Amino acid sequence: MAALALMLVWAHSAPAQDTPLVSGGVGFLTNTAKGNTTYTPLIEPLAAVPVGQHFLIESRASVLETVAPDGKGGYEHSHFAGLTYLQGDYMATPHLTVVGGSFLLPFGTYNERLSPIWIGNFQDGPLITSLGLLSSGTGLGGQLRGSAIQTSKYSFDYAAWFSARSGNTQFNAQRSFGGRGSLYLPEQRLEVGASYDRSLQGTQENFYGIHIWWEPKDEGFRLRSEYARGHHAQGYWIETDYRTSAFGGLDSWVGRFEPLFRMQQTFRRDTIVSDGLPLVNTQRADFGLDYNLPHNTRILTSYSRQFSSTGNENIWETGIVYRFLFPAWKGKGL
Amino acid sequence: MRAKHFVPGILMLAAVGAASLSAPQGHTQAAPPAGSQPRIKQYQSPKNAKAEGDGEKIFQQNCARCHATPEGFSPRISGTAVWHMRVRANLSEHDAQELLRYLNP
Repeated sequence: MAALALMLVWAHSAPAQDTPLVSGGVGFLTNTAKGNTTYTPLIEPLAAVPVGQHFLIESRASVLETVAPDGKGGYEHSHFAGLTYLQGDYMATPHLTVVGGSFLLPFGTYNERLSPIWIGNFQDGPLITSLGLLSSGTGLGGQLRGSAIQTSKYSFDYAAWFSARSGNTQFNAQRSFGGRGSLYLPEQRLEVGASYDRSLQGTQENFYGIHIWWEPKDEGFRLRSEYARGHHAQGYWIETDYRTSAFGGLDSWVGRFEPLFRMQQTFRRDTIVSDGLPLVNTQRADFGLDYNLPHNTRILTSYSRQFSSTGNENIWETGIVYRFLFPAWKGKGL
Repeated sequence: MRAKHFVPGILMLAAVGAASLSAPQGHTQAAPPAGSQPRIKQYQSPKNAKAEGDGEKIFQQNCARCHATPEGFSPRISGTAVWHMRVRANLSEHDAQELLRYLNP
C-alpha cells in the first residue's frame, strides 16, 4: 500500500502531459440465438499511470452482468468482475520495452488489439480466438517487446514472453512461452505477422498463427484476416469493413455507417478439448452494420448464420458502446 | 429468432442514437499549460513542417489501424496515451515523439 501511495504521489507530480488517464468502454449488448435473448450491460475501464521517466503501470478490468432466460419463462442473471491485465512497462531502450506482471498474450491480433469493446467491430470475437490463448488469454511473467527496425519502406516489431503457472482467480495463467513478429509496409498499408506459443504444463502443445491486415490509404476500407492452428483444431477468419467519405465526409450521417462482413471457418481434428473451438467443423458468416455516432459512441448490429453438423442457427446481435477517455484528476489551471 | 426480443433493442438503440446526434458536440480539448514539459523528450527534427505531417501519418498508420480517433482528447494525457500506444502498438521512439508532437502542435 505504501508503495502504491508513493507511486500515486510521484505520478501526481508528473509533467502536465503525463497525467494518469482513465479510459475504456461502457456498453449494453444483446444477443439472440435459438430464440433466446441475453442482455449484457458491461464496463471495461482502463487506467494508465506513468511513474517517473521510464515506467508505466496499466491495467484493464471488466465488470459485466448477464441476464438470460432461465428456461422457465423467466430470467436469471449472473455477474463477473475481474482484472483483464495488470502490467508494468519499463522503457529500457528505444527498441526494447520490458513488461512484467499479468499481460495479454501477444498471440495473433485479436487478444491485444481488437478485444476491447470500444474497438471491435463485432460484439463477439472470432471463433478461433481461443487458439493460442491458453485458456485465460493472459500470461503472468515477463515480456520483451518493441520496434526492432524501422525505415521509410518497412518496419518490424516483435514481442516475446514467458509465463509462469498461476491458479490465482485474478491472474490465472499457464506455464508457457511464445512470441509474435510483424512486418509492416507503410506505403502499401500492409501488415503480415506470425505468432507462436507453447504450453509447458500438462500435455504440452504448440500453437501457430498468421495474420494479414491490409488497410489501403484514404479508402475507408479495411481487411483483416487471421489463421491459427493447434494440435487439435484450426481455423481462420476474414473481416472487412468500409466507411465512405463520398457523401460529405466520414462525419456526415451517411459516412458514419460502417458495413461489415466476416467469414470464418473452424476445423477440428479430434474431440480432445484444449481450446474453445466448436467440437465439430463450423462455418459462419457475419453481416454487420455499425453506426459511428458523435461523442465516441457506436451502435453495433449484426446478423450471423452458422452452419455445422450439430445444427444451423441464426445469431442476432445489437449493442451500443461508449468510449471514455479523460485525465484521472483535474489539472491545475485547466 | 423472436422478433419481440430484437425489436425493442433496435428501438432503444435508435432512441439513444437520435439523442446523441442531436446533442451539441463538446470539445474538451484545451491548450497545454505554459511551461509544461513533455515526459518524452522533444524530438529534434531539422524539418519541422515535415515532422508535423509525419505525426499525422504515424497516427494513421499505427493507432488508426485498430481504432478511430477519440474525440475530446485532453492534452494533459497525451504523453500518457502515447506511452500506452508505444507499448501496445510497438511504436519506435521516433514515432512516439512525432506522435506526441502531433497531439500537441
